[in-house]
Amino acid sequence: MGLLSATQTITRYRVEGSFSENPTEQVRKGLKKQIITDIDNEAQDMAVGWTSFEAPFTPDFDDASFQIGTHYAFGLRIDKKSIPTKVVKQQVAIASAKRLAESDREFLSKNEKSEIKEHVINVLTIRIPPVPNVFDVVWQYEEQEVWLFSTQKAANEEFETLFNKSFSGLKLIRLFPYTQADLTLSLSDSDRDRLSNLSPEDFTE
Amino acid sequence: MLDIAVLYNKYKFLGQEFLTWLWYSLENEPKSLLDAEGVPVLMAVGNRIVLEVIREESTVESVTIKGDNADLSEGIVAIRKGALVTEISLEYKKGDLGWTFTLKGENFNITALKTPETPPVESKDETEGAVIDKLFLASEVVNLVGTLFRNFVRLRISETWSKKTVPAMKRWLTA
Repeated sequence: MGLLSATQTITRYRVEGSFSENPTEQVRKGLKKQIITDIDNEAQDMAVGWTSFEAPFTPDFDDASFQIGTHYAFGLRIDKKSIPTKVVKQQVAIASAKRLAESDREFLSKNEKSEIKEHVINVLTIRIPPVPNVFDVVWQYEEQEVWLFSTQKAANEEFETLFNKSFSGLKLIRLFPYTQADLTLSLSDSDRDRLSNLSPEDFTE
Repeated sequence: MLDIAVLYNKYKFLGQEFLTWLWYSLENEPKSLLDAEGVPVLMAVGNRIVLEVIREESTVESVTIKGDNADLSEGIVAIRKGALVTEISLEYKKGDLGWTFTLKGENFNITALKTPETPPVESKDETEGAVIDKLFLASEVVNLVGTLFRNFVRLRISETWSKKTVPAMKRWLTA
């Protein structure tokens, strides 16, 4: 659920490190480097990239719209083409029958069958449009924190990979209880030692 | 720091103990839960609690209690048998404003977060203001959870935990 939705879903990340100069330009550069590419009419079945917060289907990072106050708001877009199995099966059957008729044979070899299947999937992938999924991202640069508005495992994994590819030199760390305690609570060294030596409490009778 | 995945699994209990302690505190000593300014937090358990216990290596037993005014005693029995709270829905109030959200113990994911209502965005010019408003309202919950968790961690690594908190929690569980 996105930032402006009625209900929201948030995964938090800590960003370790910072840009030496002009963070807005560095962020723009990173976003442009991994901007989502159109895979309509392509044999590619998936694309992952950054997109604009306000215009997720016409991304543009040349204007200043991704900067909101001291934050950067943009989107993670995952475009995926899913071909229904039954359609693949149908098209493979049609193509196989055609091949048999043309070659005047009763059977196709294993290689021919897989070659036909591969060809069918390729043709269908080019023909069908991808289904886009957009997840809002807000980078609170001064707070060294990024929020991804999703808790879907696949979206989180794609986000982490893409962020690391886009902004080399920065380290993205997911904030779960231990990392939150270790990185954001300003614990002393001795408290940090006590924390790392904790073991589960026993509340049983 | 150890590998992130190792840390995630090794200290999974930390967030679950936090939620269990939070439930105990809300039921028994709500005024002890303080926000960053030291003001008691107006918070209540919402309509869903999930508890889990790992019996053997990969066998997880789970108890879900849901519904408004649900009887939570089954959850207390589950904790007595070794379970911890893994997910809890919460209601939070500050002044006239109210938030509801669900917090997951193992990763602190916040889901189903409903902030106080903001005006609908009717034109592009209003987007920036709406983003700032929504972020501010969502931050209230994120910061509050951060403060409560900080207080929990300080307690958890102190002697008070084993000397006072655990015995008090056990009394609550067996009352």
